[in-house]
Amino acid sequence: MKLSGWGRYPVHTTALCRPRTPEALQAELADGPVIARGNGRAYGDSAVAQGRTVQMRHFSHMISFDDATGVLVAEAGVLLGDVITAFLSRGWFPPVTPGTKFVTLGGMIAADVHGKNHHKDGSFGSFVDWIELMGPDGVIKRCSPRRNKELFEWTLGGMGLTGVILRAAIRLRPVESAWIRQTTRALPNLEAAIEAFEAADEATYSVAWIDCLSKGDQLGRSLLMLGEHAAGDDLKKSRKKRPFEVPVKSKRTIPFDAPGLALNRFTVRAFNRLYYWNGTRKAGTTLVDWDSYFYPLDAILGWNRIYGRRGFMQFQCALPLETSAEGLKALLEATSAAGAGSFLAVLKRFGAQESRFSFPMAGYTLALDFPVNRTTLQLMERLDAITLAHQGRFYLAKDSRMSAQTLRSSDTRVSDFEAMRAAGGLPARFHSKQSERLSL
Amino acid sequence: MSKGAVLILGATSDIGLAVAHRFAGLGHPVQLAARDAAGLEATRTDMALRHNVEVTTHAFDALALESHAGFIDALPELPRIAVCAVGLMGEQSENEADMERAVRVMRSNYEGPASIFGHLANRFAARGSGALVGISSVAGLRGRATNYIYGSAKAGFTAYLSGLRNRLAGEGVHVLTVLPGFVATRMTEDLELPEKLTAEPEEVADAIEAALRKGRNIIYVRKIWWGIMTIICNIPERIFKGMKI
Repeated sequence: MKLSGWGRYPVHTTALCRPRTPEALQAELADGPVIARGNGRAYGDSAVAQGRTVQMRHFSHMISFDDATGVLVAEAGVLLGDVITAFLSRGWFPPVTPGTKFVTLGGMIAADVHGKNHHKDGSFGSFVDWIELMGPDGVIKRCSPRRNKELFEWTLGGMGLTGVILRAAIRLRPVESAWIRQTTRALPNLEAAIEAFEAADEATYSVAWIDCLSKGDQLGRSLLMLGEHAAGDDLKKSRKKRPFEVPVKSKRTIPFDAPGLALNRFTVRAFNRLYYWNGTRKAGTTLVDWDSYFYPLDAILGWNRIYGRRGFMQFQCALPLETSAEGLKALLEATSAAGAGSFLAVLKRFGAQESRFSFPMAGYTLALDFPVNRTTLQLMERLDAITLAHQGRFYLAKDSRMSAQTLRSSDTRVSDFEAMRAAGGLPARFHSKQSERLSL
Repeated sequence: MSKGAVLILGATSDIGLAVAHRFAGLGHPVQLAARDAAGLEATRTDMALRHNVEVTTHAFDALALESHAGFIDALPELPRIAVCAVGLMGEQSENEADMERAVRVMRSNYEGPASIFGHLANRFAARGSGALVGISSVAGLRGRATNYIYGSAKAGFTAYLSGLRNRLAGEGVHVLTVLPGFVATRMTEDLELPEKLTAEPEEVADAIEAALRKGRNIIYVRKIWWGIMTIICNIPERIFKGMKI
């Protein structure tokens, strides 16, 4: 069948197998190289393999939960949204969450995802107590910071290339309500945005929407959104009795592919102006329910179709703190000059992180998305070059087109990853279209 | 007031499982029944963790007709809703060649489900309340060369459900017939099914829950199947017999 990531680009032909038991999975591994796939939310070709791709959604049992510590043991195919549905009403929330709840726990570990609290809490990997990983020989190993330590560390952010994650123990965080106290600040340009991020170090959550089409004095004008889990006392009287209940919202679905022209520099510019203006008007503190705060796009099912049939690409890089201001400026200037409107442009401060192969590093991360066409493909090459010139690196869960050379120039850890794979006999059992493209 | 229990017959099937999750999510206690009750243990733990409801597992063999009455007696309570997701399709070519296989398909899709529903219907009628949900098939609406062993058994089950509904209409017991069309399950895993005609098990579960709420009698899951089956059922037999569909 034809399969792609969330960006619907590139599309490859692969056989999708859906094992239901570890034995069936072992049989698949014995037949030659595969890649595990969760819910297909990586944007590019991380979870699509030449030959066979292993769909892990049947491994979706929750196994145990400890009310005292918040430790959940579950199979890798469990969706993050199901974890929230099950445990938020009992006062627990994911410790780290990406921008969609439609991801599997296995996928979150393989990409070592980050959230709006990275500057304070680090990536998802910091909350994983242990994993069970099926290796190239079909043997299942328990890996943790103490046991099979190296394999554990390589698997966080290892993009499924160290084995198939079967189960994990993760630590949820206690919360008092399902609400977030959100403070929005409108910032006229990039300098102001960075200053505001640095001043907001104490906030639990921080993220900025950035207008990537603004120019000159207004380059990088942003809406910074800070968030805290609301305490019971923050809620209105009527809500205090049921702090974990939020109003039910209707879901919208994008029923068909938008024509390729629907998102162009004019419509995006108009949208951005309106959005920024609206943000200035509404600046201040409000209470927002968890779903609207963390997952605004999940309310529009199939939103990836607004980019039309040819699909779209994400660009996400991280820049070290020292080069961030200059590097971000250059990235935004290049984007603005190309007039390639990115509908979703997100800026975020990362905290320090030491890891074998994960994406985050102390500094700033910028995420942009573009419809697939010749102009944007050229623009992304330029953005790659700017990132390299500022010692930045790239997020593999978003990548669909980078070259092996670019990856190697960005990250000295790549050769260690390759050596680890070779030593373990992993390339013969685990590969993806991405790992082939990037020679991992 | 606590919600009534929901009994799922054939709880290891993908549709049975999805229906169980749907009702557990609404706060109903769930009774999971399948031939291999031990194999339901992981599901029981998972369901209880996710939905914070009581989940019990029970061994149930649709073909062991003599065990059916005792099976119901052994449940923690007489359920409010019983859903039958028991089914066996087999390979049509094998069913044609081997009558033992054919009979097994017929018994699994008709005799077994009809027997357990017969027992439940009598008890629900005595109580004066309850709902029976039979998952039948569009394959039962007209026999086709490619699927008539399975289809004929489902036709029997559909007629049985219709009769039960007629009998119980005045007794406070509701009967819902579900004709799902293609569903992406273990049964159809190896078939190439057209995406627009194929429902996910969760869609079937949502449709069942909604239909019970609204008191519907017969439902297709994806509406397009109503159109398809209306056409298929109206083709004159002299033309139909020469067609390959």
